[in-house]
Formats: sequence, C-alpha cells, structure tokens
Amino acid sequence: MNNSKRILSMIAIGLFSLGVVSVAFSDDDNDDDGRSRNHKNSGWVESRADIAPVTNATYGKECGSCHMAYQPGLLPATAWTQVMTPAALANHYGDDASLSDTIRNEINGYLSANAADHAAQTRAQAFAVAAAPNAQNQGNALPRITKTRYFMRKHDEIPARLVTGNPEVGSFSQCNQCHRGAADGVYNEHQVSIPGHGRWAD
Amino acid sequence: MRQHLVITAITAALTFSAASFAADPAAGKAAWNAEHAQTDGSPARSCATCHGQDLTQAGRHAKTGKVIEPMAPSVNLQRLTDPEKIEKWLARNCKWTFERECSTNEKADFISYIKTQ
Repeated sequence: MNNSKRILSMIAIGLFSLGVVSVAFSDDDNDDDGRSRNHKNSGWVESRADIAPVTNATYGKECGSCHMAYQPGLLPATAWTQVMTPAALANHYGDDASLSDTIRNEINGYLSANAADHAAQTRAQAFAVAAAPNAQNQGNALPRITKTRYFMRKHDEIPARLVTGNPEVGSFSQCNQCHRGAADGVYNEHQVSIPGHGRWAD
Repeated sequence: MRQHLVITAITAALTFSAASFAADPAAGKAAWNAEHAQTDGSPARSCATCHGQDLTQAGRHAKTGKVIEPMAPSVNLQRLTDPEKIEKWLARNCKWTFERECSTNEKADFISYIKTQ
C-alpha cells in the first residue's frame, strides 16, 4: 500500500517534470513575449503586435507606396541610418527611392527613435542583438532585415520552394504574403499562412 | 528673361496648366511602351513593366509586387493633381527605367499621354 503510493507519486512527479521540460523547450510563440501587452481586439494569441506597428504617416506613405512599410523595430538604428542616406536611397536595393531632405530626415528620425535597439517588445529587441555584427559583415551592401541572424534562424527550416520558388511570395522580403498580420506588427506563427501551402508551425 | 521663360515652361509642364508647349501624347505613349535594355543585366524595362500598357488598369511593382493604382485620371481622380508627387516619381522612374533623368520634353510628353487616358 505504502509502496504503491510511493510509486504512483514518483510517476506523477516524473510526468509533471516531463511536461515542464517540454514546455520549456517548445519553440512555440505563445509564451515568448510575455512582457508585451500590445493586444489588439480580443484575441490574445491571434492579434497581439510583437513588433510595434508603424505610427508615422509620412513613413507609411512614402515607403509604403512601393513595399510593406517595415516596422522600425525590425532593424537597429545604425542600420536604418545607413539605409536612409541620400546615396543609399538613390540605389535602394536596385530602385531609386530618393526623397527630399525634409522628408528623409523626418523618416530617419522616426525609424531611429523606434528602432529594434529602442523597442519594448522582446521580438523587436532580438533584431537589434542579431543585426549588429551581421550588418558589418555585409561590406558595402545595405543592411537587410532578411540577413539578420534572428530572421535567418526563424526562417531556416522553410524550404525555398515555398518562398523564393513560390510565385505568390517571391522573396523573404514579402513579410505580409505569409505573415497575415505583418502590416499590424503581428508576426507570431499562428498567423502564418504560406500561399499554396497553408499554415506553418515549427 | 530667357531663364524666366524656361522656368515658366517647366512649371507649366509639371502642372499642365498651359497647352502652349509642344507636349505630344502620341510620343508619350510610344515612350511609355518602349523597352530599355539595362546595363546591369536586368531584363529590359519600360513604364509598362510596372504600370501596364492599359493605364485604366492597376499595375504591379516589378520587384515587390505591390499593386500600383491606375495611372489614368479618368478612373483615378488622384492622378496628376500633386505637382510635387509628379516630379518625384518622374525623377525616380526615369532613372529606374532609362538609367538617366528625363528631359523636360519627355516629361511633358508622358504627362500629356497620361492626361488623355
């Protein structure tokens, strides 16, 4: 009686610790941004912004007219400043994106003040930590969000055929093609849906 | 005096308030669709690469895939209403497409063509 009780409690403890271990090791997005309370609407997991959404109208209009206006929290301030020089804008990843000095300065100020290294969200901070050494390793090339260590680690298991080989996506730069909440700063895996493939969970 | 006239002509071209200069919609249309080989080995480009040949239809950014609202003022009332915006995009897009800036005449031709759409 006493013995079987002891065995039962040992099994119970064993199962419990297994559970704890698997929670601790899970790569799920549910609990990795506990500090952030940027909830939108009622959904907790579905709609919290893990990267602060764009709030500057000039940035949204000027940069968003050609591509998704990437949230400032996706690169550190030094990287944004590199992207926003007149010379860099004249050859902006193959496009001419020149701006007047007034607009350029406003946008650079906004991006730098809200950059990854100044962000409150843990996910945004990860882009700052990872990007610094990487940005230096890119020589004269402009920094890229897709070349930050954090970005690459989060996307390394996704086969190229689903992104670069997928005509509906085309490139890893098209966040919003798969991250359906990207425009609102929601990047958790629950809102990922790859065109022609569907949900992705790692 | 001469300089003043030139400035007036440029302003007129960019705001299309005057029909007193020789803007040619047909030339604008031909230039719109003309393909230009690229020195960096990229596929040849024209205005239609992103905007399409039918200006009443939406276009698509060649690289990012972002939808570009129709250029034709007949279906998009916002077009050709903001001189600063026109100047900014003519400067950028001439460089991207032709690898140089456009002349005042070329810009006037483009604008006069767009205006007829």
